[in-house]
Amino acid sequence: MSIILDKVNYIYSEKTAYEIHALKNINLKIEDGEFIGVIGHTGSGKSTLIQHLNGLMHASSGGIYYNGQDIYDEDYDRKKLRGKVGLVFQYPEHQLFETTIFADVSFGPKNQGFSKKEAELKAFTALRSVGLPEEYWYRSPFELSGGQKRRVAIAGVLAMEPEVLILDEPTAGLDPRGRDEILDQVAKLHEERHMTIILVSHSMEDVAKYVERLIVMNQGSVMLDGTPGEVFAHYQELEAVGLAAPQVTYLMHDLRKRGILVPGTATTLEEAKEAILQIFKK
Amino acid sequence: MLRDITIGQYYPVDSVIHRLDPRTKLMAAMLYILSLFVFRGWAGFAAVTLGLVLVIVLSRVPFGYMVRGLKAVVVILVLTVLFNLFLTPGETLAEFWKLRITWEGLKNAGFMAVRLTYLILGSSVLTLTTTPNQLTDGMEKALGPFNRLHIPVHEISMMMSIALRFIPILIEETDKIMKAQLARGADFESGNLIKKAKSMVPLLVPLFISAFRRANDLAMAMEARCYHGGEGRTKMKPLRYKRADIAAYLLSAGYFAGVVALRIIW
Amino acid sequence: MNFIEARKLVHEYIRRDEEDNVESILTALDQVDLDVKQGEFIAVLGHNGSGKSTLAKHLNVLLTASGGTLWVDGKDTANADNLWAIRQNTGMVFQNPDNQIIASVVEEDVAFGPENIGVPTPEIWKRVEHSLKSVGMIKYREHSPNKLSGGQKQRIAIAGVLAMEPQCIVLDEPTAMLDPNGRREVLEAVEQLNKEKGITVILITHYMEEVIHADRVYVMDNGKVVMQGSPRSLFSQVDTLKSYRLDVPQITLLAYELRKAGLDIPEGILTRQELVEALCQLY
Repeated sequence: MSIILDKVNYIYSEKTAYEIHALKNINLKIEDGEFIGVIGHTGSGKSTLIQHLNGLMHASSGGIYYNGQDIYDEDYDRKKLRGKVGLVFQYPEHQLFETTIFADVSFGPKNQGFSKKEAELKAFTALRSVGLPEEYWYRSPFELSGGQKRRVAIAGVLAMEPEVLILDEPTAGLDPRGRDEILDQVAKLHEERHMTIILVSHSMEDVAKYVERLIVMNQGSVMLDGTPGEVFAHYQELEAVGLAAPQVTYLMHDLRKRGILVPGTATTLEEAKEAILQIFKK
Repeated sequence: MLRDITIGQYYPVDSVIHRLDPRTKLMAAMLYILSLFVFRGWAGFAAVTLGLVLVIVLSRVPFGYMVRGLKAVVVILVLTVLFNLFLTPGETLAEFWKLRITWEGLKNAGFMAVRLTYLILGSSVLTLTTTPNQLTDGMEKALGPFNRLHIPVHEISMMMSIALRFIPILIEETDKIMKAQLARGADFESGNLIKKAKSMVPLLVPLFISAFRRANDLAMAMEARCYHGGEGRTKMKPLRYKRADIAAYLLSAGYFAGVVALRIIW
Repeated sequence: MNFIEARKLVHEYIRRDEEDNVESILTALDQVDLDVKQGEFIAVLGHNGSGKSTLAKHLNVLLTASGGTLWVDGKDTANADNLWAIRQNTGMVFQNPDNQIIASVVEEDVAFGPENIGVPTPEIWKRVEHSLKSVGMIKYREHSPNKLSGGQKQRIAIAGVLAMEPQCIVLDEPTAMLDPNGRREVLEAVEQLNKEKGITVILITHYMEEVIHADRVYVMDNGKVVMQGSPRSLFSQVDTLKSYRLDVPQITLLAYELRKAGLDIPEGILTRQELVEALCQLY
C-alpha cells in the first residue's frame, strides 16, 4: 500500500491576477505504515497538499496513485478514497452537527453505505479508540469541552476505518495536557493498528517526539524530507524560511560551540538528556 | 467557487470614484438603477452602456474582477431570460414542442438581461469603490431625518456594515465545513430535491453555530471597545462634500435627464 | 492601592431549566485574589476551562461578580457609573482575530474605539497613526483585514485598543489560534508596549514559553488561583504544574530531568543560555 505523487502541481485561480502556484512539482512516495510529519509556515502549501491525498482537491497537473491506481482515472471511485484516506481538518469540532455524539460519529460510515447496525458498530469502535468515556456518547456534542469535542471529531473520521489518517494541526488551541492526550492517541493508532499517519504541525517539539519521517514544505515545494534528525540538522536553512529546530537541538549546538562535545543530533528531550548524561556521568 | 462572489467587497485602489462622498455615490447609483428601468430603444441602451463604461473605467477596478460578481446571480439571470423568451406573446420566430419564441420575447429577454447585468455591475461599482463603513456612514447620514420617526438609523447601518464585513468570512467558512463533511463521505450533489435538502443539514448546522459564536464574540469585542450605540460618537472620516461631489451630482442628474429625454423623444 | 485589586472574587454561571429553576451552578471564579501594580507584566496560566477567561472578562467589566470585589484603577467595577471609564482604561484583546475586527479597512477598525468614546476627528487620526506605528502595521492602514495573517490581525486588534489610550491591556489567549511566527509577532508587540510605554499587561495563555518574560505569573485551576510567583519559582515546580494540566518549556523540563538524574544545576532554568552556562560551570 502506498500513495505516490507524481509531478503534482496546483494553481489557485489559474489565469487571473490572483493566480497562486500553491504546489510546485511535488514528487512524494508515502509507504504503508509510515508516521510522517509535515511542517511549513502558513501558506507553504501543506494544507493544499493534504487535500490532494484524499482527492478533495484535483491537481492542475500531475498524477496521484493510491495503491498503484490512478485516482484521476475516470472510473476510479474517489468517494471511496475519502474513506480510505481519512482527513481531519483544523478545528474539526466545527463540523459536528448531530444531536448526539454517537450519531455524529456514525455519519461517516453511513455515508459509506453501511447499514445502521454496521455504522453504529464502527462508531462504537472509533469512540473507544479515542478514549471518550461511554457515559458521554448519547449527549449532545456541544456540551463537551474543546479537547473532548476534538476527539469526537477525530472519531468521526476514524469510524470510516481509513488506512491512512491525515491530521491538520490536531492540537491547535488545546492546553498542554489536551495536546499530549490527542498526540498519544494518534501514536497509539500508529503502533497498534499500523495505520499510516500524516501529522501537519507547527510544533517542532511535537513532530520531533512523534514522527519517523519529516517533510518540510516551503513555497509550494518539498524543501526537506528525511528523519527528524536529518531534517533538523539543516536548522540554518529552516530558519532562513521562518521555521526552526526544537530547542534541544539548538542546545546541543550551543554546547558543542562551548567545547562540550555532546554526541549526536538530539531532537527530543530524551535524546538530549542521554547525550548530556553520557558526557557528564563519566 | 464560493469565494468568487465579489458583491459587497471593497477593491482598494485610488480613483476619482473612490474619493467621492458615499452619499453622492449612493444617489448616483440610485439614479443609475432608475435609469435602467426608464430607458427604451437602442439610443437608451447606448446611453446606459456609456454611463456604465465611463464609471467602470473611472473606478479603476479591473473589469474581470467585477464580472466575477455576476456568477452569483447567473441562475436568476438565466431564469429571467427564459421566462421572457418563452412567455412573451407576439410574432412567432421559432417553435418547438410546446415552446414558442417570439420576436418581442427575444427583444424583451435581451433587454431584461442587459438590465439585470447592468444593475449588478452598477451596484457593484458602488460597493467596490466604497468601504462598507463609508457606505453605512453615507446611509446613516442620508437617512438621518428618519431618526425623528424613531427609526434606528445608526443601528441599522451598523448592522449592515458588520454583515458586509462577515460575508467573506462566512463564505470561506462554508467552503471549509463543506470540505470537512465531504471528507466524511457526505454527498451534496446526488439524489432528489428532498435528499439534497437533507444533505444540507451537516453543512447548515455547523454554519449557524459558527455564525452565532462569531456574533457573540463580536458583540463582546464591541462592548469592550466602549461601543454604546450612536450617541456621542465621533467619526474618523466625517462626511464632507467636495467639489468633485457637486460635479458628480450634476453629471448624474444630467445623465438621468438625458435617459428620460431619450425615452420621450424616441 | 494597586492598579487592579480583586478580593475574594466569585463568578457563578447559573444554568436554569425551562421553569427557571436552577439546574446547575458552575463556579468559574472561586475566591480569587489578584493584585496588579501599574506597569507590571502579569501572566495568567491555566488549562482550558480553568476560569482564566472569565477572570479576564471581569477586568473589562464584560462580566460582573457574583461575589467579592474588584477595583480597577481605583474604581469599583460593581458601580455601573464606572463602566465606560474602566473599559476605556483597560483594553481587551480576544482569542479569535476575525471576531473582533469590526471595520473592513484596517485604519477604520483602529478608529472604532476612539469614535465610540467621542474623540475629536483630528485627534482620532493622530491616535490611529500612532497606534498602528507602535505595532508595526502602519503599512497596512488602508488594507482589508481579511487578507492579513493571523498575527497581523491580532496586532490590528492591539492597535485598536491602544487608540483608546488605556493604561492596561488584557489579552485573552491572543496567540491560541496563531502559528509560531504570528505568536512571536504578537508577543514582541506586547512586550514592547509594556517596556517602552509602561502599559500594564495581563496576558492570559496556556503556552508556557510566553510567560518567561512576565514579572509575575498566576496559575489557575478550577476557578481558584493555585500558584503565583515569578516564572522561575513556578517553573521549578514541574510536577505541581503538570498536576494542573500544564507543562513547562522544553529547556526547563530538560534541566529538571538532568537535575533528577543527579547533575548539579540550579532549579528553575528558563532559557537555553542559562542551561548552557549551568552545564559549562559543571564541565
